[in-house]
Parts: sequence; structure tokens; C-alpha cells
Amino acid sequence: MIESILQYEFLQNAFASGLIIGFIAPLLGVFIVVRRLSLIADALSHVTLAGIAGSLYLSQSVGALALLNPLYLGIVASVTGSLFIERLRRLYKHYEELAIPIIMSAGLGFGAIFISLAEGFSSDLFSYLFGSVSAVSRQDLWIIIGIALIVIVFLSLFFKELFVLSFDEEYAKASGIPAKWIHVLFMIVTALVIAGSMRIVGILLVSSLMTLPVAAAMRISKSFKQAILLSLLFGELSVIVGLVSAFYLDLAPGGTIVVTSIIILLLTIFSKKIGSKGAVSE
Amino acid sequence: MGTPLINLDNISYQYEQTKALIDINLTIAEGDFLAIIGPNGSGKSTLLKIILGLLKPTKGEVLLFGKPATQFKDKERIGYVSQKSNSFNTGFPATVTEVVRSGLVKKTGLFHRYPANVAKQVKQALKSVGMDEFSMKNIGDLSGGQQQRVFIARALISNPNVLILDEPTVGVDSKNVKSFYNMLSHLNREHNITIVLVTHDVDAVSKSISHVACLNQRIHFHGFKNEMDQMSDEQLEAWYGHAVRKVDHQSEVKS
Repeated sequence: MIESILQYEFLQNAFASGLIIGFIAPLLGVFIVVRRLSLIADALSHVTLAGIAGSLYLSQSVGALALLNPLYLGIVASVTGSLFIERLRRLYKHYEELAIPIIMSAGLGFGAIFISLAEGFSSDLFSYLFGSVSAVSRQDLWIIIGIALIVIVFLSLFFKELFVLSFDEEYAKASGIPAKWIHVLFMIVTALVIAGSMRIVGILLVSSLMTLPVAAAMRISKSFKQAILLSLLFGELSVIVGLVSAFYLDLAPGGTIVVTSIIILLLTIFSKKIGSKGAVSE
Repeated sequence: MGTPLINLDNISYQYEQTKALIDINLTIAEGDFLAIIGPNGSGKSTLLKIILGLLKPTKGEVLLFGKPATQFKDKERIGYVSQKSNSFNTGFPATVTEVVRSGLVKKTGLFHRYPANVAKQVKQALKSVGMDEFSMKNIGDLSGGQQQRVFIARALISNPNVLILDEPTVGVDSKNVKSFYNMLSHLNREHNITIVLVTHDVDAVSKSISHVACLNQRIHFHGFKNEMDQMSDEQLEAWYGHAVRKVDHQSEVKS
């Protein structure tokens, strides 16, 4: 396996971007989960689909855009979607969750139109939906590195404010934290990570890499710091096991990564149950 | 009377069609322990939110430490303990230390890390509320009363001059309510922290407070707690919004 990685550029791209995503997706995911925004990640991934499908269609129909990386339009769609979600959440103040089905349907609706307008990109589309080991280009890798840098800078600057906002929003506002702006930035960064992750995990499964490792970590964590470290560990483990099995078994990496995450989650659930039974019998 | 720390000057507030507060004038001075009491829907929590800058008054002006609230930047001088049941997710994976430390967020400022002596400050804040033994516990594993003490420690860590509490004993069992108010009295007397709290719990809080404000959209009484007995039946009726019969518990016990 290591020989193959050294030999083939596409495998280097896939593993390097996988490891980066295995780090940034759960890192941001911890805040997404504790802020109860898990479904927003799902909505954004569907909006990204519209951007990707639109880009694939444009590259077919407009000659000048033939070489346009679909990731760019995917990012634009995802970030725009995140801003729309925020607007809708404020508009429907008492029914904030309505923003999610509205944006999700809009994303799927536009996606379906672009897919039916264009013909003949089914294999491309399949790799965007479920991820691909062979589809990550060097350009994609650079984009993912750029997104990872943005995430790290954002979290380094606003980590303590995000903790307070996640734990107790009213207290955060009363403390004078610019909650609104930090939240908007948070949504934009989330949109970037979703768009960046989909090359490896796929649009339909991207939100799972942000939530499943965190769900497993939260079962056994006593502190926020521990929850973050375990989420990163589970995220990386899922990506490595998922990519290796996808490569050898010729499967979509999105599926293998998510199934590995599910197995880790089940192990933490059972280990906690066994642990608590042991404690009772003692 | 000590130095005025909070001044509400002719404050009114309206939620769409409903008037929540009408022409409120209230001064809270240094060293006061003020309980804002009133029936449900009387505007108590709205008043606190206006003081904290969470709501903008429809009319009037709030002065904090002599400055208009809109220009007041030293938010760390006012500690806030919100209603636990409304604002806190008990499944949150955080230790008591992590929660208390987050009280320094405003004082530390954007783009800065917590100070090097943060562990010492957390220990001191927890000690002042009698919770120093629980520093590594998960916040969700504590009882309602213990959680409220932790939230007070979070407010105290930035050394505030004023502590504002919104219904702090909701979710606290009656056994611990008394010791909770004793602790607030101690903070008020020994640490000279001005305390403003909203409560329904008039009996439990009455031994600890120095001042009372009776609110029902308007302030119907504000003064020393022992002067509250002098409220006329008309004043009481206006405050509660219906006829009220005064019962002297002391004489009942005696008889």
C-alpha cells in the first residue's frame, strides 16, 4: 500500500486530502454537534451538489469553462447556502429549523435540474456523490490545504468565544461577545469544509464525517478538550481505514469511511454499556 | 446610599402589541442586594435583559457605571447568571473548570488566550462558592444547585462589581435554596458585590436582601425590604393586578 502511495500521484492526493479532512471535519464538527447544527451540515452538502452539478453542466455547454474545477462553484453554492440559512433562521425566528428543509430542497431541486439538463457525466457525478480515491487532483489537494488553513486560523482566533456561544448563547451575548458575526463566520467556514470534504467522502455522506466521530467521542468524554481529541482520533481512524479498504476492495471511499465511523460509534456505545454494568456489579 | 451603578431612566419596552415595561425609573447603588419580584409576565426578565443590553428599550435610557449602556464597554464588571433551565444543555461535554474559565472570555478579549494564571483564578472562584472540590467533574453530572454555584463562579471569575441573576433557584431543591441565598449574602457583604436578582421566591430570599422592587409593568414599590410592609392595600392591588389580602405569618404562628 505504501509503495502504491509513493508511486501514484492520485493516491498521494487522496491520502493527503483524506488525512486533512479527517482532521478538520471532526474538529469543526465538535462545535456543530454541541450547537445542535448537525442537520445544517446536511442541508449545505445538498446545496453543494447544486453548485457541482451546475459547474459540470456549464463545463459541458460553455467551452471557455470546460476546465473549471467544479469545486469552485461547489464552494460558492455552499457558502451562499450558509448565508441563506442564517437569513431564513432569522426570518422564521420561532421556527428556525424550517431553514434546513427549505435550503435542502432548493439544493436538491437545482441539482436535479442541472443533472437532467446535462447528459453524460454520470461517472463524474457518482464520484461527487459518494467520494472517490482516484478523482482527487493536485489542484483539489491545494484547495483542501487552503480550507484547512482557514479552519485552523478561525478556530485559533475564536476558540474561547465559540465555546461560550456553544455552551450558553444568552450568557455569551450578555458578555458582549459579537455572537452574530462569529456565528456567520462559523457558518461560512462550515460551508468551506463541506465543499472541501466532498471529493473524498462525497456530497451525500460529508456531514457524517463531521458528526459521527463527535457522536462517538461524546459518549466517553468528560471534558470538552477530551471530546475534541477523541473526535480527531476517530475521524483520522475512519479516514485511514476507509481509504485503505476502498482502495483494496474497489469501493466508494465515502461508504467505507462512514461505515468505519459507525463501527467506532457502536464500539463506544457498547464499551460504555459494558463499563457501566461492570461498575454496577462491583 | 452608595454610588449608583445602574440607572434606569424612564424605561419602556414593548413586545409587538404587548407593553412589557412602562416608565421604569430605578437606581441600583453599590452594595445593594436587590430582589425584583412580581407576578408571572410582569416584565422581570425583560428588565434584566434591558440592563444586560440583550434588549433595547423602546423608550428611555440605561446608564451603567454612569455611562449610557450603548457606550459601556467594561461588560466584565457585570456578572450574569441566566436561568439554568433555559440556557444550558446538560449533555454538553465540559468540566466545571472549563465552564468557569469561560467567564474570562470578555476580560481576555478577542484574539487573545486566557491568562497564564487562569487555573489559580478558576480555583479561587470555585472556592468562593464552595465548589472547589468539583473542578474536574462534568457539569452535567452535578445537581441543579451545584450547577448554579458553578455558574456564579463563572460570573465571579472576572471580578464583577454587580452580579445579576435571573430566577437563580429554578431547578434547585428547597433544601439547598437557603444555603444558596446565604452564599449570595456572603458575596454581598464580604466581597461588596452588588446583587440584583429576579425571583418568585419572596420568602426564601427575604432574609438576605437589602432592597425590594415590586414590578408589574411599572415599579409599584422600590425601597428597603422592611419598608415593603408599609405598602397600602391599593398599592398591593395595583402591583398584583387583583385584590390581595395581607397575611402576617408571624402572628399566625404565635396564635
